[in-house]
Amino acid sequence: MTIDILMPALSPTMEEGTLSKWLKNEGDTIASGDVLAEIETDKATMEVEAVDEGVLGKIVVPAGSENVKVNAVIGVILEEGESASDIGAPKAAEAAPSAAPKAAEADAKSDAAAPVPAAPKAPVANTAVSDPSIPEGTEMVPTTVREALRDAMAEEMRADDDVFVMGEEVAEYQGAYKITQGLLAEFGDRRVVDTPITEHGFAGLGVGASMAGLKPIVEFMTFNFAMQAIDQIVNSAAKTLYMSGGQMGAPIVFRGPNGAAARVGAQHSQCYAAWYSHIPGLKVVMPYSAADAKGLLKAAIRDPNPIIFLENEILYGQTFDVPKIDDFVLPIGKARIHKAGADVTIVSFGIGMTYALKAIEELSKLGIDVELIDLRTIRPMDLPTVIESVKKTGRLVTVEEGFPQSSVGTEIATRVQQQAFDYLDAPIITIAGKDVPMPYAANLEKLALPNVAEIIEAVKAVTYTA
Amino acid sequence: MSSPLSLFVPEPEVRPGGVPDFTNVHIAPAGEVGRPPVDIDPSEIRDMAFSIIRVLNRDGEAAGPWAGLLSDEQLIEGLHHMMLLRALDARMIIAQRQGKTSFYIQHLGEEAVSTAFRKVLKKGDMNFPTYRQAGLLIAEDYPLEAMINQIYANSEDPLKGRQLPTLYSVREQGFFTLSGNLATQFPQAVGWAMASAIKGETNIAAGWIGDGSTAESDFHAALVFASTFKAPVVLNVVNNQWAISTFQGIARGGVGTFAARGLGYGIPSLRVDGNDYLAVHAVGLWAAERARRNLGPTLIEYVTYRAGAHSTSDDPSAYRPKEESAAWPLGDPVIRLKAHLIAKGVWSESRHVQLEAEMLDTVIAAQKAAEANGTMHSDNRPSARDMFEGVYAEMPPHLRRQRQESGV
Repeated sequence: MTIDILMPALSPTMEEGTLSKWLKNEGDTIASGDVLAEIETDKATMEVEAVDEGVLGKIVVPAGSENVKVNAVIGVILEEGESASDIGAPKAAEAAPSAAPKAAEADAKSDAAAPVPAAPKAPVANTAVSDPSIPEGTEMVPTTVREALRDAMAEEMRADDDVFVMGEEVAEYQGAYKITQGLLAEFGDRRVVDTPITEHGFAGLGVGASMAGLKPIVEFMTFNFAMQAIDQIVNSAAKTLYMSGGQMGAPIVFRGPNGAAARVGAQHSQCYAAWYSHIPGLKVVMPYSAADAKGLLKAAIRDPNPIIFLENEILYGQTFDVPKIDDFVLPIGKARIHKAGADVTIVSFGIGMTYALKAIEELSKLGIDVELIDLRTIRPMDLPTVIESVKKTGRLVTVEEGFPQSSVGTEIATRVQQQAFDYLDAPIITIAGKDVPMPYAANLEKLALPNVAEIIEAVKAVTYTA
Repeated sequence: MSSPLSLFVPEPEVRPGGVPDFTNVHIAPAGEVGRPPVDIDPSEIRDMAFSIIRVLNRDGEAAGPWAGLLSDEQLIEGLHHMMLLRALDARMIIAQRQGKTSFYIQHLGEEAVSTAFRKVLKKGDMNFPTYRQAGLLIAEDYPLEAMINQIYANSEDPLKGRQLPTLYSVREQGFFTLSGNLATQFPQAVGWAMASAIKGETNIAAGWIGDGSTAESDFHAALVFASTFKAPVVLNVVNNQWAISTFQGIARGGVGTFAARGLGYGIPSLRVDGNDYLAVHAVGLWAAERARRNLGPTLIEYVTYRAGAHSTSDDPSAYRPKEESAAWPLGDPVIRLKAHLIAKGVWSESRHVQLEAEMLDTVIAAQKAAEANGTMHSDNRPSARDMFEGVYAEMPPHLRRQRQESGV
């Protein structure tokens, strides 16, 4: 039996990488532990070690291939007595590093759903949405959320010498998640500053620097680590303008990944959207798409108030269209209607949107037309957009990854029942994570997070669909 | 007119592509630093925070006043523990690459610190470790299979799939539940030690922290309380030169040592060769003795080098030369203890090779046993019912309901 060599994952969130070079040739004998190839992601370079012994029968993915999916077959090892003809052809084809298999899969799915005439063929995209600031015919550039965040910082740093970024590993290492890629080279160590490991310390430093007239961007390696900095954020950054009688405030951005990534356990998987949204004086932004990430981060840097900017590790690598506009800035505090619909309103934000999008795709096959609102900013909250939608649909489901009690969803539900009670045709359902600390094991983690089936069930319930 | 101010940013001596240079690392000869009585006035040994206590010299001989505390059998056992830890690390890194776990943290180059220190503690003492002290468990013969069950998050995971791989929790063996959040261990160790004193018990505590994390407020708060109340605690700083990609100078500045941080608090502060099993043990014993005799805390800086990646998600070649580890002037703890035992005539190259194979077999056997209980992506998973337990001491009704609704 031949043995497939699979593209390994360097981390739980890695989905694809570049196979930069093969260190063995076809026909070479391989011992366990031999280094076969080198792969790289945007985060790291690693060696692929042989687990099994034999002869390298075939190199399936050539050196230099980009975007090779994790677990794709990159090569085949022959055991004693086998020859290259033993290698199964279909397997090799399957492993080709292209987007083709995914597209094929999607086609197969929509074929299966053929009996439902209402099913839209195209994936649910931004077509129904128009952010007012994008003129017709603007070129759209596919950009990852990671690049969009970097671009936003770089543009603002070019425009304003007072803007600087600091945090753990932001300079030399270019960020633990490579968000500050290239910034040290362009702006130097005066404006891209590596800090010692003390979130409480450098958050306080940032507040002090902002009071001295600079505009700091403080990167937390994750918002979970910002727990020890919360006194500086809440008691100093958020309240100083108020307490000083308007003499001094803290124009500062605290940004970094928030919420669950993948298998990082109870202490490193928390969503802070609801926590910070409780605090007067703070603005809380939590974008989903790359365009929103860019436009809102630029706005956050310019804003004279302290901003909590919540990103997501899983979204960093996802690609979205970003309009090619000089100085693309979006308003903080404005929700975006991601998809217009008539039957039910779903409100979500950040990574919650990924669940909502999958659910509405399924729901459209059942003939349920969902209006999906991406809140984008948690505080100030764009309630008018939500209310207008609920007035139209009469039904509301909220989706987020955070804990259920005192969640963003419960806040929305309270205000909607206060301001649009007469329009509601069903109780509001708030979907959140389970009320347990995030467990590590993959099966438990999945269970602890919200899922698409729950959203579908909730929408069916509020629309009284069997 | 004064000239404009400018910002100083510390830089390591060398970056990838450069030639490693440790000529600035001052290494005192083995046996040079004296061994004061444990009840010495701390103000008389302030210089020890700037020197380095070493026992094993270049010829593999044990020299000076800190030598001679361990028998040949104990030394061979120590070698055994270090090699077992190294074998476990090597296999688990491969297991991570094979997708059997998501994450692993290894000890390469630092095995002496935790394995030797464990031997100065007694039953009932408590460690508050970081993620690079699994030697505390290995040296107490904690079952490898249980460790691997957790690393795989399988059906027999002692922590029921709730905690990350390598963040162990073994209260019975003096290994406090390991927090992933840096530096929290330090004040907690001091608090535990003070509680032991308040209750009139005899157990001591050991806190653990890395060089980078000494920048955290927790480190300084711990030192304040430990010095003020003379807590029976050993405060261990493992200086392995690198906080992921950040070189130790970022936490320390260009001057002084991590041990010297303790001097301002009036805490006896020692620096020790962390790659020298005998020195780690001897200094740990001295500090533990101080705590047991109610003389108060000791700060120890273990000077070592993280020879491997920070974790399986890290790539050190991005921030330091690949040859830097080989150029580290304090060598490798396993090779140094091996050389010492050979010099004493109680060990040989062939026995060493044999032990290496034996340790690998031991790990493979434990790994096979653990794999029978499942790995990260197999069907044998931690129970979904258990996920709702342990949030509170008693399960509240809303969680019971949530569990029922989940159908598990």
